[in-house]
Amino acid sequence: MFVLRKTINNYKKGKAMKIAVTSTGKDLTSDVDPRFGRAAYFIIVDPATLEFEVVENTQNLNLPQGAGIQAGKTILNSKAEVLITGNCGPKAFKVLNEAKIKIITAAKGRVIDVVQQYKNGNLNTSQGANVEGHWV
Amino acid sequence: MIITIASGKGGTGKTTVATNLAISMADKVQLLDCDVEEPNVHIFLQTRPVSKEIVSTMVPDVDSSLCTYCGECEKICQFSAITLIGKSIMTFPEMCHSCKGCIMVCPEGAIKESARELGEIIKEDSEGIELVYGRLRVGEAMSPPLIEKVKDQINKNMTTIIDAPPGTSCPVIAAIKDSDFVLLVTEPTPFGLNDLILAVEAVRTMNLKFGIVINRCDSGNDGVLQYAKKENIEIMMEIPDRRDIAENYSKGIPMVKAIPEMKDLFNSLYSKIQNRIQN
Repeated sequence: MFVLRKTINNYKKGKAMKIAVTSTGKDLTSDVDPRFGRAAYFIIVDPATLEFEVVENTQNLNLPQGAGIQAGKTILNSKAEVLITGNCGPKAFKVLNEAKIKIITAAKGRVIDVVQQYKNGNLNTSQGANVEGHWV
Repeated sequence: MIITIASGKGGTGKTTVATNLAISMADKVQLLDCDVEEPNVHIFLQTRPVSKEIVSTMVPDVDSSLCTYCGECEKICQFSAITLIGKSIMTFPEMCHSCKGCIMVCPEGAIKESARELGEIIKEDSEGIELVYGRLRVGEAMSPPLIEKVKDQINKNMTTIIDAPPGTSCPVIAAIKDSDFVLLVTEPTPFGLNDLILAVEAVRTMNLKFGIVINRCDSGNDGVLQYAKKENIEIMMEIPDRRDIAENYSKGIPMVKAIPEMKDLFNSLYSKIQNRIQN
């Protein structure tokens, strides 16, 4: 929680930060993709200006295993400090935790709405994976 | 000589065929239960314990004091089992396929071999049958490495019968590869036929000799027979759908021990397999 507060404080002080949101489409009005490792897209958004970029996740969609680990690395490389998604498995959680990225699960609705909820402080970070890992 | 009993669909009679074939053979025979997720051959045989051994597979262990975070190990790993996150190397032992690539490419020699327990290999003896089976550790997701360790026990001087897991995925491929002959057991139903077709595609891709056994042949429909005719696949044996077979089965008595004509049926199956292997 402390780290999250620091992040929010940085945000309030006007320091640029980025949030990654798993998305079913390529813009802010798309729905949040409930999957993390196999999300269709990641939208990396600056909550202050709502400027965003889209990162495709095609490569991970076709991975038999380890999609969560690779997706975690994608988020790390995007320099996002917070990830908002539906579900996050144990291996993805481990990677994101190691990379000190805050994880918010159980998000639903449009990307723009969850970003607004985050700005209003209505979303809590997760302390652990909320789903099991999957195997082929 | 390695004869593997496989099937696309589960519950068609692989274990029944494997155990009865082994019992009906005159010479000393090895029976390998490669269905390591739920081995059950030992239930059908009166056995005496011989040995039990825990088996493991190699996984990497990184000495972070030597690691320079160059990322070479991550690049070679096809399964994300070793991953560079900022200034730390994370390993996911449960994802590792034990190729040792990371150990070979590490320029600092920072990775050494550690182990992940796969399960156990159990050997039992039953009236001239040497039974070997694997039992996968609860929580272990990958069964092929343990199946391969069970198959390391193959004695080339004996006839080996392998009871494969059902389906057509990696564990089945691990069980049937290197076989001299594959028996695909099916039942004469639309479900049996659907999964038989998948199994035939798998063994044809692997270029293995194979034939079909139809269990409970006088039930269901003639879809399997028509398919076999069209595809020119030999029906090696048909086991009738009979109450006396089922009654003996329910008491744990193999049909070749209780019903003499069944012993003849399995003996002729073995001769057919020998002929097919030799030609």
